Amino acid sequence: MNELQFLTWVRGPGLDAAVAIFLLGTVWRLIEIYGLGRKKDLAAPRLTPGASGWHTIVRRSVPPEGMFKQSPVTYVGGYVFHIGLAAIVFLFAPHIKLVEGLVGLSWPGLPSQIVDLVSVVTLAAMVVVLVDRIKRPVKRFLSGFEDWFTWAVTFLPVLTGWLAVQHLLLPYTTMLALHILSVEVLLVTLPFTKLFHAFTVFGSRWYNGTVNGHKGVPV
Amino acid sequence: MSATLEKGVRVLKEVIDAPIASYFNSCVHCGLCAEACLFYTETGDPKYTPIHKLEPLRRVYEQEYTWLGRLAKAVGLAKPVTDAELHEWQELVYNSCTLCGRCSVVCPVGNDIVYMVRKLREGMSASGNAPDGIKGAANRTVTIGSPMGVKLPAVKAQMKHVEEDYGIPIPLDAEGAEYMVMLSSMEIINFPEYLGAIAKIMRQAGKTWTLCSTAFEATNAGMQIGNSDLARVIVSRIVDGAERLKVKCVISPECGHAYTALRWEGANLIGRPFTFQVKHIIEVLGEFQEQGLLKTEGMETDRLTFHDPCQLARRGGVIQQQRRLMKQIAADFVEMPDAGFMNWCCGGGGGASAIEEGEELRLEAFKKKKSQLEAVKPDRLVTACANCRIVLEEGLEHYQMDIPVIGLTETIAEHIPDSVDKEGA
Amino acid sequence: MRANRILDTLAGQGITRRAFLKYCATLASLMALPPSAGKAFADALAKAPRPSVIWLPFQECTGCTEAITRSHSPSIEGMLFDMISLDYQETLMAAAGHQAEAALHEAIQRNMGKYLLIVDGSVPLGLDGAYSCIAGRSNLETLKEVAAGAAAIVAMGSCAAYGGLPKANPNPTGAVAVSDVIKDKPIINIPGCPPIPVVMTGVLAHFLTFGGLPELDRLGRPKAFYGETIHDRCYRRPFYDQGKFAKTFDDEGARKGWCLFELGCKGPVTYNACASVKWNDGTSWPVESGHGCLGCSEPDFWDAGGFYKALSMPARPLKLEPAAIAAGVVAGAAIAASSRSRKSAAKAAHETTTLADLEK
Repeated sequence: MNELQFLTWVRGPGLDAAVAIFLLGTVWRLIEIYGLGRKKDLAAPRLTPGASGWHTIVRRSVPPEGMFKQSPVTYVGGYVFHIGLAAIVFLFAPHIKLVEGLVGLSWPGLPSQIVDLVSVVTLAAMVVVLVDRIKRPVKRFLSGFEDWFTWAVTFLPVLTGWLAVQHLLLPYTTMLALHILSVEVLLVTLPFTKLFHAFTVFGSRWYNGTVNGHKGVPV
Repeated sequence: MSATLEKGVRVLKEVIDAPIASYFNSCVHCGLCAEACLFYTETGDPKYTPIHKLEPLRRVYEQEYTWLGRLAKAVGLAKPVTDAELHEWQELVYNSCTLCGRCSVVCPVGNDIVYMVRKLREGMSASGNAPDGIKGAANRTVTIGSPMGVKLPAVKAQMKHVEEDYGIPIPLDAEGAEYMVMLSSMEIINFPEYLGAIAKIMRQAGKTWTLCSTAFEATNAGMQIGNSDLARVIVSRIVDGAERLKVKCVISPECGHAYTALRWEGANLIGRPFTFQVKHIIEVLGEFQEQGLLKTEGMETDRLTFHDPCQLARRGGVIQQQRRLMKQIAADFVEMPDAGFMNWCCGGGGGASAIEEGEELRLEAFKKKKSQLEAVKPDRLVTACANCRIVLEEGLEHYQMDIPVIGLTETIAEHIPDSVDKEGA
Repeated sequence: MRANRILDTLAGQGITRRAFLKYCATLASLMALPPSAGKAFADALAKAPRPSVIWLPFQECTGCTEAITRSHSPSIEGMLFDMISLDYQETLMAAAGHQAEAALHEAIQRNMGKYLLIVDGSVPLGLDGAYSCIAGRSNLETLKEVAAGAAAIVAMGSCAAYGGLPKANPNPTGAVAVSDVIKDKPIINIPGCPPIPVVMTGVLAHFLTFGGLPELDRLGRPKAFYGETIHDRCYRRPFYDQGKFAKTFDDEGARKGWCLFELGCKGPVTYNACASVKWNDGTSWPVESGHGCLGCSEPDFWDAGGFYKALSMPARPLKLEPAAIAAGVVAGAAIAASSRSRKSAAKAAHETTTLADLEK
C-alpha cells in the first residue's frame, strides 16, 4: 500500500469504521449511563434564581471563587487546549469541508495561518498540562494508563495535523493519512474512556445543578 | 465474599443511579477537587483527593452497570471490592470527609462528589465498615432517642430551668401550634440558652410554637453514618410528632446536618412529601426580620465574624439571612476570606467529630479555619451550628487561640428587650 | 545514420549550437542540477551516439505519445526525437505487420544489452494476458522478451508506472505496472496522465550524460521532477493560506482565481512539476486553467475518492453508520434494562439495616 492508497483508505473504509464505532459507542454508552435513571426528589423544592441544571452547565465553565489561584496551570492550560481544539476542529477549512461532506453543514473558517498558530499554542498547552500531571502529586496519584493514553490520542491528531500542514518529518500525503488515522483512533477511543466527558460533562453539570438547584443553591 | 460485604455491595447497587454513572464517566482526573478539600490542602496527602475516596463505589458501578466492566469482571480482569479495602477506605469516607460539599461546587465537569460520598456511606455502613464513634452515636439515637443519650426528663428539666430564668412558658405538645421547635442534644446539654432565645424570639414575634415530647431531638446520626434505614427510623419520629401536633412548620435547630436530614433527605427517606414545612432557625429569623417581627436593641461592639455551617449555606441554600441578621446586631461585622457559599468546613461535620481516631487529622485540617480567622482577627466567632461550635472550640483551644464561639440565635435574643409586651394577646 | 552523434543530427535540422547549449542549461535547471551540469550535458550529448530506443505500447490510450509528439517545434520536448534513434514505435513507425515485428527483433539483436526500453500502458495479466496482444503474443510475453535485453526501462505514464486507468477498480483485465513484472532491470517511472514531456527528455539527457538513472523517489520517480507537491509550488497557494476557496467552478472565488481545494484539487498530495514547468511550451496547466489537480502522477488516482471531492472529505459515502447507531441503541437498551433489573433485584433483596448490622 502506497501513501495515496493509505490516504484513500483512511478517508474511506477507515473513516467509515471509525465513525461507526464512535456512533455505536456513543449511543450505547449514553443509554447505558442515563438509562439507570434516578429517584424523584420528594423534598419540597426551594426555587432560587440562578439555581438550575442549565445555569450550572454554563456557570461551571468559570472557576469558582478562589479556585483559580489554587491551580492556575489546570485552568489556563485547560482553557487554552479545549478552546484551541474546538477552534482547530471546527474552524479549519478542510475540517469544515469534512463536516459538509458528512452532514451537509458548512460555515466560514479561519485563515490557515491563524489555525496554524492556534495549533502550536494548543500543542504547547497540552505539553504543559502533561508536565503538570507528571509533577503535581494529586494528578500523578490519580493518573493511570488511561490518563496517559487519552492524552496521547488527543495530542497526536493535533501534532500530525500540524506536521502535515507544515510539511515536516514525513511527506505530506503520509502525514495527512497519519493525521486522519490518529483522528480515527481518537473517535474509536472516545466513547470508552474518560474522553467521554465530552458528552457526559453536560449531563453531570446538569444533574449537579438540578440536585442542588432543588435546594435553592446555585452551584 | 463475606455476608456483610455482600450486603454492602448490594446496597451500593441499590443506590447507584444515573447521576453517579454520569459523574464517574465525566471525571478527567484533573485533581481540582483536592484543592477544594481541607483534608488535602492542610495535609498535602493526595489520598485525600475527594474523587479518590469514591474508588470502591466507582468499581462497583463499572463492574455491575457497564458492559465493559461486566466483561472485565467475567474474564477476571476487574479488581473486586474487598472487605479489607472497604475497611481501609473508612478513613477516607468518614474521617477525612465532612460532607462539606466544596468539591462538588468546584468540579469543572460538574461532578457532585459529596452526593456520591453520601451514597458510598450506605454501603460502608451496611457492610459494617462505619467508624465506631458514629456507630455509637447512631446506636444511642435509635435506642435512647439522642446521640448524647438525652431523654425526655432531661429536656423537661431544661425547660423548667429556662422557664424560671426567662419567665416565659415553654409549650410542650401544644397541638396546632405554628412552629414545632427541634433541639439538638448539644443544645440541651451544652447550650441551654438556645431554648431561652427561642422563647424570647417567639414571644416577640407573637408566634405559637411547641416542643414535642416524642420528637425533640433533631440530629440524625443515621444520616451521618450514611444509613437510610436508620435515618428513616429517626426522621419518622419527627414526622409523626409534627403530624400528631398538626404544626405548620418544623424548625431545625442550629445544627447543620439535622437541617439536611430533615429538610432535604426526610421526605425521600419516608417516601412521601411532608405535610409541613421545614425551616432552619436562621431562615425563620430571617423571615421575622423581613416582616419586622424581630426588633433588637443595641449592638455588639466587638469585632465579630460568622462561620457558615456547610449544611446551612453551601448545602442548604441559606446564605444571605445570617449576614443580614449579623448586621442588625453587630457594629463591627467582618467576613472571613471565602465566607458564605465557599466557606471552609470546621473540619468536624458529617459525623467526623464523633470519630475519636480522626481527631489528629481533624486538628490538622483545622489549620484552614485558623488561617481564615487570622486573616480577620475577630474578637468572637458567631455560627449557627452546635456541632461546628464544639469543633471550633476544640480547634481554637488546641491552637491556643482565644476566640469565644457563640450561636447566632442566642446572640440575637440577647438584644431582644425583656419588657416587650406580648403581641396579639 | 543510427551511429550519428546527436549534435550532427541537430545541426542537420538547423538547430544551432547556441540553441543546443541553452536547451542543456534549461534541462539542468529543471532538474535542479548545478549550472555546471548544463555544460556537462552539452559536452556529453554532443559527443554521445544516439541511443537505440524501443517503445512498446500496451494497454494505453496513446495519450502519452500524443503529449510528446504534439509539442511545438523546436521545443525542448521535440528534441527528444532528435536525441534518440527510435527503432520501434507502433504509432509513429511507417512499417506494419511482419515488417514491424522484424524491425523490433532486428533492433533487439543489434543493440542487445544497450537499448533503452520505453513502455507506455499497463500489462494485463487476466486470462493469461489475452486482453492485449500484438502479433499474437500477449503484452506480458513481449515485455519479458524485450526487457531482457534492455539497459534500462522507462515506464512512461501512470499506466506503465502504476497500472493506471486499466487498473482502476475493479481492474477487469488484471492490469499491473511494468515494475510488477520486471524485477531485474533498472526502471524509471515517469507517471502522469500524460506525463510532462520534458521530464522524458530530462531523464534521457541524464541517462546519456551520466550513464545511469537520476535519483529516484520511493515510487521510482526522478526526484528532480517529482520532489515537490503541486500544492507547494502552486501560484494559488496564498489563497489556501488565507482560507479563500472557490466553492463552485463559476463563482466569485473561481473568477478571482482562489484556491480549488474545496473543489477537489489533489495538489496537496500530488508530486509533479506541472506548477513550475507547465504544459504546451509553458502556456498553462490545469490549475491555471481553472480546474483542480486530479493527482494523475500518483498511484491509483482514479480510485482516490473522486476528482471533485475535497481531500478532507470522505473518500466514499459512509455506509456503516445506520447499522452502528441501531447496534448502539440495542447495546445501550440491553445494558440499561439489565442494570435496572439488577438494581431492582438488589432492592428486593434489601434487608433493613438494624443497629446490629452496623457491626460485621
